[in-house]
Amino acid sequence: MPVNDMVIRIGGESGEGIVTIGEVFVRIAAFAGLEVYTFRTFPAEILGGHVTFQARISDKPVLSQGDDFDVLISLNQEGYDNHISELKPGGVVLYDSSTATPTVVTEEHILYALPVDDLARSINFMRGRNLVMIGAMVQLFGLSLDKAEQMVHRRLGRFKDVLPKNLEALDLGYRYAQDHFTLRPPVYLEPPGGDTRQGLVMTGNQALALGAIAAGCRVYAGYPITPATDIMEFLAKELPKVGGVVVQAEDEISAINIAIGASFTGARAMTATSGPGLSLMIEALGLASMTETPLVVIDVQRAGPATGMPTKTAQGDLYLAFYAGNDEPPRFVIAPSSVEDCFYQMINAFNLAERYQMPVIVLSDQALAPRVETCPPFQLDQIALLDRELVEPSGNGAHQRYRFTETGVSPMPLPGMKGLHYTAEGLEHNEKGNPDYTPQTHQDMTEKRWRKVNTARDQLALWPNVVEEWGDEDAAIAIMGWGSSLGPVQEAMTRAQSAGYKVAALFPKVLFPMPDLRIRRFIRGRRVIIIPELNHLGQFARVVQHRYSPELIRHNVEVISLTKYQGLPFRPVEIFDKIVEVAQSLTVRVSME
Amino acid sequence: MITLTESISVKDLKSDIKPIWCPGCGDFGVLNAMLKALTDLKLDPDYVAIASGIGCSGRFPAFVNAYGFHGVHGRVLPLATGIKLAKPELTVFAVGGDGDAFSIGAGHLPHAARRNVDITYIVMDNEIYGLTKGQPSPTSPIGMEKKASPYGTYDNPLNPIAMVLAYGATFVARGFSSQPRELAELIKLGVQHPGFSFIQAISPCVTFYDTYAHFKETTTPIPDSHDPADRLAAMRLAFETNVQYLGVFYQEEQLPHHARVSQVGEKAGSNFSLEDLLRRFER
Repeated sequence: MPVNDMVIRIGGESGEGIVTIGEVFVRIAAFAGLEVYTFRTFPAEILGGHVTFQARISDKPVLSQGDDFDVLISLNQEGYDNHISELKPGGVVLYDSSTATPTVVTEEHILYALPVDDLARSINFMRGRNLVMIGAMVQLFGLSLDKAEQMVHRRLGRFKDVLPKNLEALDLGYRYAQDHFTLRPPVYLEPPGGDTRQGLVMTGNQALALGAIAAGCRVYAGYPITPATDIMEFLAKELPKVGGVVVQAEDEISAINIAIGASFTGARAMTATSGPGLSLMIEALGLASMTETPLVVIDVQRAGPATGMPTKTAQGDLYLAFYAGNDEPPRFVIAPSSVEDCFYQMINAFNLAERYQMPVIVLSDQALAPRVETCPPFQLDQIALLDRELVEPSGNGAHQRYRFTETGVSPMPLPGMKGLHYTAEGLEHNEKGNPDYTPQTHQDMTEKRWRKVNTARDQLALWPNVVEEWGDEDAAIAIMGWGSSLGPVQEAMTRAQSAGYKVAALFPKVLFPMPDLRIRRFIRGRRVIIIPELNHLGQFARVVQHRYSPELIRHNVEVISLTKYQGLPFRPVEIFDKIVEVAQSLTVRVSME
Repeated sequence: MITLTESISVKDLKSDIKPIWCPGCGDFGVLNAMLKALTDLKLDPDYVAIASGIGCSGRFPAFVNAYGFHGVHGRVLPLATGIKLAKPELTVFAVGGDGDAFSIGAGHLPHAARRNVDITYIVMDNEIYGLTKGQPSPTSPIGMEKKASPYGTYDNPLNPIAMVLAYGATFVARGFSSQPRELAELIKLGVQHPGFSFIQAISPCVTFYDTYAHFKETTTPIPDSHDPADRLAAMRLAFETNVQYLGVFYQEEQLPHHARVSQVGEKAGSNFSLEDLLRRFER
């Protein structure tokens, strides 16, 4: 266990502030200049049930939550019993000795007992128990008390009455650790000295919301659903400040239709939901597609089907996002791969929606949404917003709203423009927008709508942030994937490369349309492409297999689908093991050829 | 309301698309009433938006030379809410039938009413599903024998006026397609009313359930003695099902949705920059 790469797991009862302890501690670490990455589990209920908070802290950018954890913080008996067997040999346990007694003790673990209740009681402040624990953690693992105090001011300073007591509790825990924990733990942190580095700390959902604001979104209609609700709550606070509006609709169907109505008038509008909500929205998605109305819909994926596991992650909505809707309504699908990427992909989402007058689905997931990551400052000056093509007001009413064009995009009027009125039509329609069922019209209009997707595919080849490709260019083993599995893949690859393996990777950010040219080029020269994803069917693997079968066959490339569907993200070791297994089988095959 | 100095004629406001309705359909009367109301009010059609759902009545927007949105079944109220929300200077209408409004769309009605969205919602109620060729609707009477109910319906019909009154709507009225002049007046009142205006327009279907004679008998104006500021009295009138009262059942003024949204904007203040917001997320 090296210095400055530590995975901490905190276990305890829901409602007891586990998440607060974790989030304050990681923010102290981030403030001190370290990189952080968090992972949580939640019970689906409000109170009660076990909660786990895991955080990885490092001096280098963190890509995943790691394979195992080095430190266990147990806030109650369950917090010890549930996790102790998974703690690696040499691991550290800091436990609340007033509520937990180590039952299984192995000589390979190093235990630190903190009498949280007694300490809190000694200063007459039982509410300060969490801060007592934080203080001890700060001292034990090498962070500075000064930075911790500053963070308490920042995050809890608004509770002015208890601030002195909060600081006292923090100090008390720190001093207890200083006086009693004489054995230095084998894992600790050494923050960089001097000025803390530049950068931001935020969750995936916050990044999506900030990206929406930066992209010019001014109308948000949504319905609460785990794990997307905090996007709405964030925007409810901030959007009105820029003249925007947030409506909590009565259901998801209303939410998406409100957004469509708003977009019809020219406003940049969006909604956010999870799988069950997206399922309800499918009909309206088709309406946006058919009427050629710009729209952005975020789906923060969770395990399903149906109600499924609201607080567990999955990447199971790819097919839904790609294809759902009666009779082929075209759309775009984007999948950000990190917290930072969430911000930039929202810019892409709105640009695609507005420029191509289509719905765009942004796929995040339950692991990415609430996790706290440090990331570099956003390059606001590099953001370029694309507007929708508007018609020149002419006043003679001869305008054709759905005029056939080479790109498929028809310049549109907005209500209020003189002499350009039209009815946006959910029925098949002609260029004027009048209902029209003639065979040729339907064929031509279908091609027009899908032509927009193909036009976009060509244009996207020139856009930034649409594909990420890295690794050893000439590697026989390659990895393709999408969304938040990028971090674990990156980490697994680094480990594999250190072990002497060559691996290449390609992660599209815009999944629909697929970047055909890039992928076809990528496929050449490979022997195997491993495609890890958090679903059962291997949805992306099947899409790749099907769409690129000519290249795969011609170049004799095998696609290996690596699926995981336990409601948990990939651990890098799972991907690393697969790389090694594939490499070894290739060696065998080569030696047999 | 954005108006013109010179009104355009009904002829110019009517689009050149021939309605798909059967000759004698009540919806013609509703269309004529709408055109009269729009021209009487001198509304600028460039600032009029008519959203519709699915059904014979759903085709309505295409027959008016104004902006329109022909949406999916039952979702016209959220659509209209979004349109008005994003551009409050538009005069926004929502139109639909009794299936769109009281069956699939019924869940949206209370919320449009409680938000007091400033739109005029005209429901062309013919107590039947016309476009799909004659199934009972939530307002059909018990015992109706159709292909979908060969042994007669046995569900109680809804009472739309009572429902909408119970939802707290701030303007509730009923008209009749056979009385387009009176209906036009109700539409004008609805447009001028700052908030959610609900107008049930009895609009018989000549092809699948011809109730013209029936409603000619049972419709009667709301008595002059009725106080339209009295919601309970309006409820009482609504529950008298032997007669179908025509006119304004209830009206009160409350801040419409977009005005309340503006108030939120004032509370939030406009002291905002993206850079400042991002600063809150610095390490």
